[in-house]
Parts: sequence; structure tokens; C-alpha cells
Amino acid sequence: MTAEMRLEYFQMIGRVADLSLSDRTIRVESRVPTESTIFEGHFPGYPLMPGVLLTETMAQTSGWLLLALNGLSRMPFLAGVKEAKFRTFVQPGELLSVSAALEHEGSGYTVTKAAIQVEGKRVCDAMLTFRVVDFPNPDMTGYIRETAARIGLPSVETAGG
Amino acid sequence: MSSTFDTIANIIAETCDIPRDSITPESHAINDLGIDSLDFLDIAFAIDKAFGIKLPLEQWTAEVNEGKATTEQYFVLKNLAARIDELVAAKGA
Repeated sequence: MTAEMRLEYFQMIGRVADLSLSDRTIRVESRVPTESTIFEGHFPGYPLMPGVLLTETMAQTSGWLLLALNGLSRMPFLAGVKEAKFRTFVQPGELLSVSAALEHEGSGYTVTKAAIQVEGKRVCDAMLTFRVVDFPNPDMTGYIRETAARIGLPSVETAGG
Repeated sequence: MSSTFDTIANIIAETCDIPRDSITPESHAINDLGIDSLDFLDIAFAIDKAFGIKLPLEQWTAEVNEGKATTEQYFVLKNLAARIDELVAAKGA
């Protein structure tokens, strides 16, 4: 059972379904909640998953790929969104299949391509750029490790234990 | 075959919407062309792909911050072109 997203807390990842460190790809599944305060405004009587939250979902999926590849040693922060396309509406209760692939690993930055499908149909895609920096404080390191366990990120060699 | 400078000038012109004829080998990417660090990520991405290298941006930034290097050494375009040529040569060595 894939956990529902908690949109208000930016918990966009239900579970990690596939991770390949050699291919540098990831796929996660996330179920859009049936109820959320987000849908009270977007839109009254016609609830739709906002495009910015679909972008956030692609960014977090990419982020977990990068964290898995670096052994949870450095933190990716979203720095750029290019070529984002939202091809169809996403409604409450739908199951998202979110994939990301590493496009380029530079010095202190990384570029990924990400996409979301619902029932095999592509609903959005984008090219994302991240700055990859040292963790800013222990709280964030702890939060990332807790979240990795919650979403079932396969064990990766972690730098510094 | 275009020079390394021409390639990076074309990348900068396209990425940052700067007129190509205002970009010279003496231009300082930051001080003269007003390119900020976020724009430079896009430029680095394009340069990395065009030349098949990995610009060591983190190392350069650390050297500048520690006073071991000046921004001119890396961000005046003729110097940037020379650094790129060195990286390409090192890759082929």
C-alpha cells in the first residue's frame, strides 16, 4: 500500500519502488490524498493537484536519487526548473509513478530529468538543476535519514557512518 | 573549427541573453557581463557537455574564498578558455 502524500508538510514521496545506482535512475510511487486543505483553494468544487506541487514531487524524487548516489553525504537544493510541461490534470486519489534520471553531474551541481505517470500515461516532465552542498546543520541530516527510512530508500553506503 | 573562446562566448550569449558582440576575451564573466552564480550553473552545464569535461567550480570557489586565487584567473574569458583547454588536454592524456 503506497502511503498518501501529505501535501501540507511537503511529504511528496510515498515509497521508493526502484533504485538503480548503476543506471543512476529512481522510481517512486506516491498517492495523491483524497482530502487536503490544498484542494479547498485549488479549486473549490474542482480539486486539482497544483503544478508547483507536481514539480516539487519531481524535485524530491530527483533529490532522493542524488542522496542515494552520494550516500546521504551532501544535500541537493533545487536551483532551476526547465522545460516543465503539465500535460493533463491530476486529481485526488490518483497513484503517481515518479521517475528521475541523472542527466549530468557537475562540480557542486547536478541536472536531472524527471517525469510523472498515472496509469502509464505521462502527466508531466521537467529538467531540474540542483546545487549540491554540505548539510547545513545536524537537524537536516537527521530529518533526511528519518525520511529515508520512512520511504524505504534501499540501504546505501553512508559517508561518515 | 571554432576556438574555445568562441564556443564559450556563444554559450554565454545564448544562456544569458547577452549580445554576442559585447563578449570579448577580456570580459570578466561576473564583473563585466553581470553573470551570477545561478546563471553560471547553466553555463557550466553547457560547457561540461560541449567539451566533455567537469569544470571544478567548487575547487575554484574555495581557492578564491581562501585567497589562493583571484576571480580573474577563472572568470576572465580568455583565462576560462585556457583552463578549459587544460582540462580537455588532461582528459586526453
